[in-house]
Amino acid sequence: MSRWLALLILFCALPAAAIDDQGRLEDPALQTRYEKLTNELRCLVCQNQSIADSTASLAGDLRVQVRDMLESGASDREILDYMVARYGDFVRYRPGFNARTWMLWIGPFIAMALGLGIAAVVIIRRSGEPRETVE
Amino acid sequence: MFRTLIPATIFAILVVFFWVGLTLDPSEVPSPLIGKPAPAFTLPSLHDAGTELTEQTFRGQVSLLNVWATWCVGCRQEHDMLLAIAAEDVAPIYGLNYKDDRADALEWLRRLGDPYKANAVDQSGEAAIDWGVYGAPETFLIDAEGIVRYKHIGPLTPEVWQQKLRPRIVKLKEGA
Repeated sequence: MSRWLALLILFCALPAAAIDDQGRLEDPALQTRYEKLTNELRCLVCQNQSIADSTASLAGDLRVQVRDMLESGASDREILDYMVARYGDFVRYRPGFNARTWMLWIGPFIAMALGLGIAAVVIIRRSGEPRETVE
Repeated sequence: MFRTLIPATIFAILVVFFWVGLTLDPSEVPSPLIGKPAPAFTLPSLHDAGTELTEQTFRGQVSLLNVWATWCVGCRQEHDMLLAIAAEDVAPIYGLNYKDDRADALEWLRRLGDPYKANAVDQSGEAAIDWGVYGAPETFLIDAEGIVRYKHIGPLTPEVWQQKLRPRIVKLKEGA
């Protein structure tokens, strides 16, 4: 099969991203926010997928909830807070920065700083030792 | 001496963390409702569509709310446990029939036994979202003031009942 044909067939899969049976929201601004929010919220049944991607029944319910809230004028903040109030920080792919999640956000940097620190100490110590000569 | 002591200590600390970590279930989502009032709802009763149940039903006694459905395998597994708990008569069990068929639910209870004091029908699942339900069965422990005190995710087993739920119920009833 020619390379171009293969590429063309692959590109045909792109529109398959949509799994909503309700159709797009009328207001394009709302639709954009809907897509952004449903991609940010985790499906708690299939926990590696967002509610935008998941075919789980709960994901569908939550998508409807987001849609209803958008149509009634809720802000992104309000919708995210609504979900977190019911499901906890874990429902957001990027949880807010607070007393419970600071370790999650800063932890990797602390670990990296520690690692670099230990490496630096070891290297500085080693540089004091006399060089070995190869016979 | 330090060369072995420091890495050994770090290793020991890591062992503790990993040991505890292996006993945890990373897919379990802790409920943010603990310590908060039970979410408000108004739902029809399963046995009598004309009667309504609300969160006020919980007021006045320590009770359990069990989220269940006939399509839920775990619910079938825990059903005998629910009957046993109901027989002990320590706390009433209220049911939240989640995204189910009314006729199926009634038939199921008729066939297998009914441990519930009352059953609310949440056909759409909207009320369940307010409770943070993400997979039946789930069981909530609610105190006499209507505050959610504990949530168990998954089927109830004798161990869970004896070690987690029952002691809490007894404690809440004593404190009242």
